[in-house]
Amino acid sequence: MNDSNPLVALALHFLAISIFAVGGANVVLPEIHRQVVDVAGWMSDVQFAQNYAIAQAAPGPNMLVVTLIGWHVAGVWGAIVATLAMTGPTCVIAYVVGGIWHRFRAARWRRVVQGALVPLTVGLIIASGLILAEGAARSYATAAYTAVTMVVLLLTRISPIWLMAGGAILGAAGLI
Amino acid sequence: MNKSPSPIEPLSPPPGLVQLFVGFLSVAVIAFGGVLPIARRALVERYRWITPDEFTELIGLAQFLPGPNIINLAIVVGGRFCGPAGSVVAFLGLVLVPGTGVVLASILFSHYADVQAVSDMLAGLAAAAAGLVLAMGVRMAEPIYRRPRVHTIAIAAAAFIAIAVLGLSLPVVMLTLGVISIALSWWVERRPR
Repeated sequence: MNDSNPLVALALHFLAISIFAVGGANVVLPEIHRQVVDVAGWMSDVQFAQNYAIAQAAPGPNMLVVTLIGWHVAGVWGAIVATLAMTGPTCVIAYVVGGIWHRFRAARWRRVVQGALVPLTVGLIIASGLILAEGAARSYATAAYTAVTMVVLLLTRISPIWLMAGGAILGAAGLI
Repeated sequence: MNKSPSPIEPLSPPPGLVQLFVGFLSVAVIAFGGVLPIARRALVERYRWITPDEFTELIGLAQFLPGPNIINLAIVVGGRFCGPAGSVVAFLGLVLVPGTGVVLASILFSHYADVQAVSDMLAGLAAAAAGLVLAMGVRMAEPIYRRPRVHTIAIAAAAFIAIAVLGLSLPVVMLTLGVISIALSWWVERRPR
């Protein structure tokens, strides 16, 4: 699929990927990374980690990294196409299923499927975290800050925004 | 944590299109690093459009469906009150302003990328963002290590290795492991306890 038109490539890529985002956008992050960095070569590893960080630091859903990738590849239309491709099909599914959800509330197949999805989602999200950490780690100190952030978030109820701010300040000061 | 069948606080009257847009916009612009907790506070406590129990149930639905959870939630909540137009409006409220903001932030950053302090700051942000995702993964693993079972641990480990170590393509991994995981989960469920 070596399409010359980047908009078509963006649309096809994110349409296909959105269907697999069961459990949230972070689940498909490694696949987006693989396509964007390794296959299409739209961004470097570092750019990917940094764009993800911008999407994460700014308010709003963190799937907005998709918008940024689209912007990076093809400007305003790229941003719009990538965002709509990532959300369009799943929004239609959500609308339809949302209407009939009550009927299946007690169904056993639903429990089975949900029980099956949990470990899959967990493995995929931790893989996402590792891939981002690899992209972000430019030194041992940066990698250590990733580890510190993870541990602090797990052990305390501090808002993640303070750890983002801490990373930005330490980074700007040249300490990590 | 009161789970009485009827809500103690009466719900507000159902929102219209403008209220839905403003409501989800107000959630999006203050949601740093995780929208769901903020959405709960807004929809259940501030606006009182839905009850706590309904919210929990809707989260379950949003996670079960493909796509970003918070967007699925907006689609279902908007659709419940105002049909398809409600879904569109809730979606736009959630995405329009933050999407524009994120692009502007990115332009700003790339414009000053040559300034060492700016790229250093971004490197620090990226390190923190990676830590956020790792922490979320570990936290979501709670049901697995709380009730350890061979098959759930094996599936989680296999998914991790397939993606992070082997670099396999996600559709292949998800379809293969998804089928195996559902089969195992079905087999475990049907065994008499």
